[in-house]
Amino acid sequence: MPKYMLIMRTTDDAVENFGLPDFTAVIEAMGRYNESMIKAGVMVGGDGLAPEPGLVVDFDQTPPVVSDGPYGETKELFNGFWLLDVPTIEEAAEWAKRAPLAAGSKLEIRRVTDESDFPDANEWIEKEKEWRASEQPS
Amino acid sequence: MARERAAELTDAAGRPPRKDGRSARRAVEAVWRIESARIVATLLRYTGDFALAEDLAQEALAEALTSWSDSGVPGNPGAWLVAVGKRRAIDGWRRAGRQEARYAELAHELPGSADGPAWDPDEIDDDVLRLIFIACHPVLSREASIALTLRVVGGLGTDQIARAFLVPTATVQQRIVRAKKTLAAARVPFEVPPREEFPARLSAVLSVLYLIFNEGYAATSGPDWMRTDLSREALRLARVLAGLVPREPEAHALVALMALLAARFPSRVDAAGDPVLLADQDRSRWDRGLIRLGRAALARADALGRGRGAYGLQAAIAECHDVAASVADTDWAQIVLLYEALGRIAPSPVVELNRAVAVSMVEGPATALRIVDGLAAGGRLAGYAPLPGVRGELLARLGRAGEAREAFAEAARLTGNDRERAALERKLRALG
Repeated sequence: MPKYMLIMRTTDDAVENFGLPDFTAVIEAMGRYNESMIKAGVMVGGDGLAPEPGLVVDFDQTPPVVSDGPYGETKELFNGFWLLDVPTIEEAAEWAKRAPLAAGSKLEIRRVTDESDFPDANEWIEKEKEWRASEQPS
Repeated sequence: MARERAAELTDAAGRPPRKDGRSARRAVEAVWRIESARIVATLLRYTGDFALAEDLAQEALAEALTSWSDSGVPGNPGAWLVAVGKRRAIDGWRRAGRQEARYAELAHELPGSADGPAWDPDEIDDDVLRLIFIACHPVLSREASIALTLRVVGGLGTDQIARAFLVPTATVQQRIVRAKKTLAAARVPFEVPPREEFPARLSAVLSVLYLIFNEGYAATSGPDWMRTDLSREALRLARVLAGLVPREPEAHALVALMALLAARFPSRVDAAGDPVLLADQDRSRWDRGLIRLGRAALARADALGRGRGAYGLQAAIAECHDVAASVADTDWAQIVLLYEALGRIAPSPVVELNRAVAVSMVEGPATALRIVDGLAAGGRLAGYAPLPGVRGELLARLGRAGEAREAFAEAARLTGNDRERAALERKLRALG
């Protein structure tokens, strides 16, 4: 069964629309949303990204240039993701529609590649498989 | 504008145009997968009649297919489907001159909008649990319970179930119709079983889910909703169930067992589709995420402090394999202990045969062969291909090639699986 990632992007407009959110209410809405997916047995994982600006490495120049960001001029800030185990992209979309997000937010849905996307064994794929295998489950 | 569109796109039957029939259909299916259990449970609470509730839900689903193709998926699709189901219930009652129609109207439950919540969040979990207990009720045959559980709780279409079980769609439909009649005839109540019945009834639910899992486990991969997906669906349903009965160790243990077995799916057949023995599997391909999930579920079951049941013990055995880097690295002594415990609480010659394999890894083939010969003498596994298969392995390891050949030949005769037969014949040839 394929896995899909719901990639959350928020625009500056959305932040403005949202105003200063009631943190408790946001936590509650997100909690309910996550719980509904956990109860349905489809949630594999997910995380949010901290709001403070990070760093951007820009490959337009050689060597790449590191600067503060992304913020300000950025149209859509990647700020979190969910990973779902569902049979079809439509089902992923149906879950995505239920996310408690405000206008200006977008959820992009992408299938996560698995080894069936790389049928031909190759030295590097083998190395990665070894790494995944050696990463002992906790 | 609307007329132009209609003129352009009206289909041969003169029906209104569909923006994109295929995607609408898939969107409806997606909603149904997520909502079916809660919709049927809500309609069951509303009507008090399982067969009627299921029919109403299917009618609402059919209406959604037409309506959503034209106007898109509504904002609250679950509430929309429940509202349609309730409206049809009232229409039916009214036609039959039944009192319920008036009660429904008097109670201001007449649906007209789909704005309100579709169900009471405080009650819906219990209702879904009641629904699972009905679908797996002991008055139903195993086949009926499997079909009903997948359709009503899992939200699969009859055709998907048929494809997964390699039977005609009509067969699945018949099973479901009969199951509904049986439930009505037995006056099965909409309830979580009372305390004295609960353990046996929960065990029936767990075994239906495990049967669904095994149906997929025995199969190889394929496109669309095929048999391997059944295993993932069974795992999903087991997770749903464990969430509904979080104090039941065996529910978590079943999640653990399924996840720990499913983790090996990627490597259990080779490129030609032939089964790969555990010893020969590429363990780097095992799904680490599922192993983590399975181990966490087993830890939850254990943490309830009520000891391990049959699923817990099997999950623990699967865990021993999943965490081992190789066959040699496997804690076979622990596996022997687990099989011994399993054999005591759920005695079975198949468990005994598996114990013999584990014993052969700890104490060598001679001790294991005594167990297997005892089983063969008991006669309860007569006709069971793995018995001579294991016997052949043990004899081969003891250097008794002639007897090993006989055993492999017998196993090859008994197996119904072509690929297994080919594997056994390879072993025969290897013995010279």
